[in-house]
Formats: sequence, structure tokens, C-alpha cells
Amino acid sequence: MNEMKKINLIVNDKTYQLEVDIRESLLDVLRNRLHFTGVKEGCSVGECGACTVLIDGVPTSSCIYLAVFADGKKIRTIEGLEKDGKLSKVQQNFIDEGAIQCGFCTPGIVMTTTALVESGNKFTDEEIKREISGHFCRCTGYQKIFDAVKKSLDDK
Amino acid sequence: MGFKIIGSSVNRLDAVSKVTGKAKYTNDFFEREMLCGKVLRSPYAHAVIKAIDVSEAKALPGVIAVFTSQDLPKLKYATAGHPWSIDPKHRDIEDRMILTDKARYVGDSVAAVVAQDEIIAKEALKLIKVDYEVLPHVLDPEKALEKGAPIIHEERPNNIVNDFGNEYGDYEKDFMNAQHIMEGVYDTSIVQHCHIETQTAYAYIDTDDRIVIVSSTQIPHIARRVVGQALGLSWGKIRVIKPHIGGGFGNKQEVIIEPLVAAMTIFSHGLPVRYTMTREECFISSRTRHAIKFSLKTALTKDNKLQAIHVLGISNTGSYASHGHSIIMSATSKFRPLYNFKSFKIEPKTVYTNLPAAGAMRAYGVPQMIFALESHIDDICRKLDLDPIEFRKQNLVSVGHEDPISHVVVRSIGLSECIDKGKELIKWEQKRANYKEQTGDKRRGLGMACFSYFSGTHPVSLEVAGARIILNQDGSVQLQVGATEIGQGADTAFAQMVAEVLGISIDMVHVISTQDTDITPFDTGAYASRQTYITGAAVKKAALEVKNKILTIASRKIGLQIDALDINDATIIEKKLGKEICSLGEIAMEAFYDRTHSHPITSDTSVNIRTNAIAYGVTFVEVEVDMKTGVIEVIEIYNVHDSGTIINHKAALGQVHGGVSMGLGYALSEKLMFDEKTGRPLNNNLLDYKLQTIMDTPKIGVDFVETYEETGSFGQKSLGENPTISPAPAVRNAVLDATGVSFNKLPLNPQTVFEKFKTEGLL
Repeated sequence: MNEMKKINLIVNDKTYQLEVDIRESLLDVLRNRLHFTGVKEGCSVGECGACTVLIDGVPTSSCIYLAVFADGKKIRTIEGLEKDGKLSKVQQNFIDEGAIQCGFCTPGIVMTTTALVESGNKFTDEEIKREISGHFCRCTGYQKIFDAVKKSLDDK
Repeated sequence: MGFKIIGSSVNRLDAVSKVTGKAKYTNDFFEREMLCGKVLRSPYAHAVIKAIDVSEAKALPGVIAVFTSQDLPKLKYATAGHPWSIDPKHRDIEDRMILTDKARYVGDSVAAVVAQDEIIAKEALKLIKVDYEVLPHVLDPEKALEKGAPIIHEERPNNIVNDFGNEYGDYEKDFMNAQHIMEGVYDTSIVQHCHIETQTAYAYIDTDDRIVIVSSTQIPHIARRVVGQALGLSWGKIRVIKPHIGGGFGNKQEVIIEPLVAAMTIFSHGLPVRYTMTREECFISSRTRHAIKFSLKTALTKDNKLQAIHVLGISNTGSYASHGHSIIMSATSKFRPLYNFKSFKIEPKTVYTNLPAAGAMRAYGVPQMIFALESHIDDICRKLDLDPIEFRKQNLVSVGHEDPISHVVVRSIGLSECIDKGKELIKWEQKRANYKEQTGDKRRGLGMACFSYFSGTHPVSLEVAGARIILNQDGSVQLQVGATEIGQGADTAFAQMVAEVLGISIDMVHVISTQDTDITPFDTGAYASRQTYITGAAVKKAALEVKNKILTIASRKIGLQIDALDINDATIIEKKLGKEICSLGEIAMEAFYDRTHSHPITSDTSVNIRTNAIAYGVTFVEVEVDMKTGVIEVIEIYNVHDSGTIINHKAALGQVHGGVSMGLGYALSEKLMFDEKTGRPLNNNLLDYKLQTIMDTPKIGVDFVETYEETGSFGQKSLGENPTISPAPAVRNAVLDATGVSFNKLPLNPQTVFEKFKTEGLL
């Protein structure tokens, strides 16, 4: 039952060699082993979106993704967005638009937005909403989150 | 009022730390060998625990401790986050223990386990053997009041937590002389806060033999006191630290898990133990919003003035009193400074049932009351063929109105202007005319609803707040307050206040956001939309004291009187001439290092506020009802608020957006459901509980009418909870306008609407 497996995780361009319990989620390994605590846990069952990270560019709920599945894959977390001490445009837009309140859902939504921006695709307002609909936010009523996402997509 | 920084939209102070993932929340702190706590919860809604065998669980390798109510002191305590009352008559009901010896709802805490990790802790829970004697249960508060109903707490065999109310004026006569008497029954459902970070805390015993608890709480100082009471420990033996928190909405204005996590570390030789509620536990074993059924009866004069109101209310508090009767008392007090009733009789009952305990939730009973009242007002207008806006305006209170019971005085009211703005924004006249006599499958309608709300809890509770400011050598300052930042932006508002008073820029104010009961000034916490009003007064007082000390040194140095000096852009100036004298930093350096006069500048002060300020607002909404499916779409919605001076427009907008969204969930989709036969929750997860997503949330329009409230330190009144209050009745009234059907129970989800249309013969 208590089976361990060696894996390589590439998190924000840095490789970590780890031995993980095959039952451990990627979320638990990122948070508890590697201390990427910007990855938040809101429900543990893939409902709320707070734990979203990018796995090979795809927004993924890390709470329902086993760590062993991530072996060799490129993972990006909120901690990897700042470059040379400068916030990414998406991060700055979330601040300037007032899209942050308690901040617990913020990292997940910023990661999904980052993936949308990097996809190079165009999105209608309805499509933006659909893309963000996997994230719950109880503070903002999504108004400023929508504005920040839209601004990030327009900014390119 | 000529403010420079008050009213400006500065960015949140914690925005960068939150957007980079660096902001630390309770679960972001790690201790070596942190243990994991779990709770065994009752599968029965009502059952006596005859025996518990924990021996197998204890024997499981990796298990550190297993304990039950038998192992804990037999102390009953109250969990509500109210200030302690020296007067025993004014205290919350002490009806709970850390672990129970009788299950009163599905999910009640029966036993606790501490283990090396979560997997072992979960295994251990399965090994605990409980012998339950299942009792009949009751979920409906009206049935709980019947003779022979199951008794939930022995101390209250009639299941009534409390039933005191209020009465004023010649109520009988007003009803006897009334031109019209109107009646209506309005009911709401149980909903939940759904903050994205669930209840979580960890605790350890330090080398001074004190229990240190790091917790996601709105009320650290109250948490310290309640942990002391629950465990029979000296309050000074407990230290509570509150880091960033992932939302609260009132659910963390209650001491729910701190005593338990303290017990967990005590049973684990002081090792650090973390206990985090799962989302499913959080739905049922933290708190919910009370479902309240109001029966209203109003008397009107022949010129359509509201004369008298009779309010009968039954509040379902579930298995434990929690905030208890305070919720319905708040509901039935805070609506009173809205319309000018000459007399009233209020008969509220708070009733135990075998459901999860209800507690504080954003606007504390008032959304329930305003749903009833504002639905009722529209019913009256429809019946008497009156214009709902004019009718409301004719009956509004005015400045100087004093509540005959609480003696709270209305000193500012901009509601009439709020209504005018909202009316214009939604194009009321034009659209109301267009939407008359619709017969199609999709029908549109307009509705509105007003509210009044308090700023803080005076005169019901103590309103004490502390603030401490320390001047640094460069003229910047640290600010510490005991009131908590919970995402609402309080710290940023406080920093603006300090910057305003001291004549410095916002980036010269460093707010120490973490509360630590060992260090932080005393303040009862974040609730009742009290911070900008109550704590804001303490912050201003502390800032004025620091300013006075700065100018005293400047005066000594320069020779001009203190009154002739001021601080502007961190520079001491001669007020009259606007002449710059020296930098604030120079004065600060003298304060620190002058060989004769050195006396570093600090202020550590508190206020005890004994006023309240009534905030107002209105929701205007346009809906489209799909007659075939019962789906209601919000086309346009506007909230216009009179919250006095707006301290930070960007932050205020955010509060209104979030509150309206929560109000729309309340109106249209949210409902925590239970199986009648077993009392089991049916949708205690974020998939089945229909929380609003970005897809469900329309564009929310916001405006403000900025009155100046003389009792506010900068003219401000409450705002945080307010936007949640009026969307639900406004939506309900819009549906009435569109379809002619009165919905008197929330939520108006498609199934309810569809079924009602069927019974009304519309389908």
C-alpha cells in the first residue's frame, strides 16, 4: 500500500528529484514537500480551482492530479511568474484592476489567465467567462477578475 | 471634505504579496513533525452516544492520540464571536463542548484523532467503534416547537433558544384604526459562506508552557478567550496568531476549531497539530446562515403611510445556539431606521433543530428580514395599485429619527438620492411601461429593494478598538490594529487614514497585518461592518496623537505654536504661509536621538465607541424569466449605497460586487439541502451546492451617494456586509413585475419557479 516512486518534477524551470508516495497528489507534493505554498487548497476534489497550476501549459487542478503523473512534466506555479523581480503583466493587471480581495483564489485564476494569454488565441467575453468558470471566488463577484483577464488578453 | 488620500483608489497594500503567492495563510506555515488532526462525525441527526471504543484506533501505528468528550473537561462554552460580557445576563448561551456526548446533527463532533499524517488519521477514524442510541430528530423549527417534539438540549426542553422581542407605541390602536391591513409570509433557506479557504488552524505548546494557535480567524482576541473557557485555562496561557485569511464572511467570527486544535496538541504532548476542515465538513460543521420565516402584518393609514408593523419570526439555529437569538434580534432591529413606523410589535423565536448550527453570515439576519419586508412592500403596492418607489419614498425616515428602543439616531441619510440614481441607471419609467402586459415565453420585469444597516454593534455590544502607531527614523510609521484584514481591504483603508492625518504618502505607512494576541492592541475583530467606523476612530485618534507629538517637537525647534504648524508631503510647514520648514524625518531623528529630549514617538490608544451610524442602499434589477423552464436571468443590476464617505473607491467597488454576487446566489441558486428522513446533508460540496460562478454573474453596476456622517472619524459609515442585503428582494420583486407571481421563499431556482408556475396555472 505504502508504495514509493522516484520522480522528476520540473517546477518553474528547476528540476526536483523526489521520492513520493504513489497516493500523493501533485498539490500535496508542491505544497508540503517543495513549499510552493502559493498553490492553494480549497476543496481537494477539483471543484474550486484554487490549486490550479500549469502542467505542460495546461491549467490543471493539482489536487486531483497524482504527483506520479507529473513525472518529467513541466509545472508552472504562481511563484514562477515574476521574472527578474518584475511582476508579469497578468499579475500587474490583477492588482491594478482591483481583482484581489482575500487572495485565496487569486493564484489559480492568474495561472489560468496566463495560459489564456500565452495561447495567443482571441476570446470573446463569453469565452473568457467559460475559461474562468472553473474557479470559484466568493469575494469579488468576478467583476474585476473579468476586467483583469480581459485587459491581460488585450494587452498582448 | 477636502481629503487627499481618503477617497482615492490606492491599490491594496497586500496585493503584491497575494498575486505572487507569497502571502502566507494558516496552512502555509510548517513546523517540523507537524501532526494531522481529524474528527469522527456522527452519521445520525440525533443520537445518544452510549459507548465509544477507541482502543483499536489508538493501537494503529502512527496514531498519537485519540480522545472523546470523556477525556475533556466537562465545560460548556459559547462559540459566538461576541465581546465578553461582564454582566452574566448578556452572555451567549453556553451549550457546547469541544466533543459531544450526544449527537445533535449529522456531522456532530464525536471523537478526535491525532496521527502522523492524514492517511493514518483517516484510517484511525474507521477503527473507532461508537454505540449510538438513535433518537427521533426534527429539522423543521415549527415542528420543533410542537408538544412532544424531540428535545435537543435538556436545558431547553421546548427547543426555544430565546424568544424575547420588542414592542413600541400603541400598536393595538394603530391596527384598529388602519385603513388597510396587509399580511404576508416570507421564508428563506439555509445557505453557506463558502469562503475558499476552509476553517483551519494549528497549535503547539511552547517552551513557556503556553498554547500557541495559528488560525484562520476574524477574531483572534475572542478566540483566545473562548479557548481559555472551553479548556478551563487561564486566558493569558493562550496565544492566537492570525495570518492572511482566505475569506470569512462571518463564518470565522466564531470560535469553531481553535479549542479542538488546542486539545489536540495537549493530547499530543504539545507537538504541533494541524486541523483543516474538508470542504464537506466546512459546509455542515462550521456554520450556516439561519433560515428565517417571517410573518409580517402592517397597518396603513388612508393616505398610505406605514403606521404599524407586527413581525413574527422563527429562526432556525440548528443544533447549537451559536450566535443564537442575536441574529433575529439584529434582523428585527436594523430594518427599523428605514420606514417610519409609529408602532411595532416584534415577536422573534430562535429554535433548535437537528441541523448544522447556524451562525453569523454577512449582514447577520438582515438579508432575511429585508427579503421579507421589501417583498411585503411590493405586495402592498401591487394590491393597492401604488407606485413602489413613491410609496417607499413617502415612508422613509429622515435625519433626526431616533429608534425608540435602541435610541440609535439617524444623522445622515442619502437613501432618497440613492433611489433616484438607481432609477435613472436602470431606466425605470421607460422599461416599466414597456414591460406591461407581456404574454410571451420570455418576460421581463423590474424590481427594487431598499435596506438600512448599522455600523458596528452599539448599543447591543461593547465597541472597543485599539490602534498603535510607531514613528520610524525616516518619518514612516508602523500601524498595528487588533481588527483583522480578511480580504475586505480594512488594512488599506486604515493606512489611508494614517497617511491622511499625518500628511505622508500611503507607502510610508506599514501596516502589520498579522494579529498576534501577545502583541496586537485589543480589538474584538472583523464583523458587523465595524472596522472603518469603529477601528477607524481608534486609528484616527492614534494618528492625531502622533501628529501632535511631531508638531510639539517641531514647535520646540522652530518657536512657532503647534497650531501654526502642519505636515504636508512628509514636510513640516507653517500652515498660514504654506512655507516648508523641515522634513518630517528630521523631527523623527530628533525624537530618537536628541541628547536632551530623546523620546521616540509612539501612540498606543483605544476608543470605546458609543454611537452607531445607519448606512443605506438600494438594489435595482431587471430580469428575464423563461416561463417554460423557470430560469431567471438577471439582465441589469445596480446597487447604490449611502455609506457616508467612501475611503477607497476601488476597494468599495469590490465589496459591492462581491456582496451583490452573494445576494444573487441567495436569490437564485443557493440552498443547503437535507434529507428529511435522516437529516443527512444532500449537497455539502461545491458541485451540488449552486454557488455563483463567473458564468452566472451579470455585470454589476455600482454607485455611491456620499453623505457625511458626523460620528464617523472621516464621515464614513459601514459598507462591507451591506451589498448582500437587498439583491434578493429586488430580484423577487422584478419577477413579480414580469410574471405577476409572488415568490415568498428563497431561492428562486428553476425548479421552484417552474413548480410555482404550474400551480399558478401559467404552465
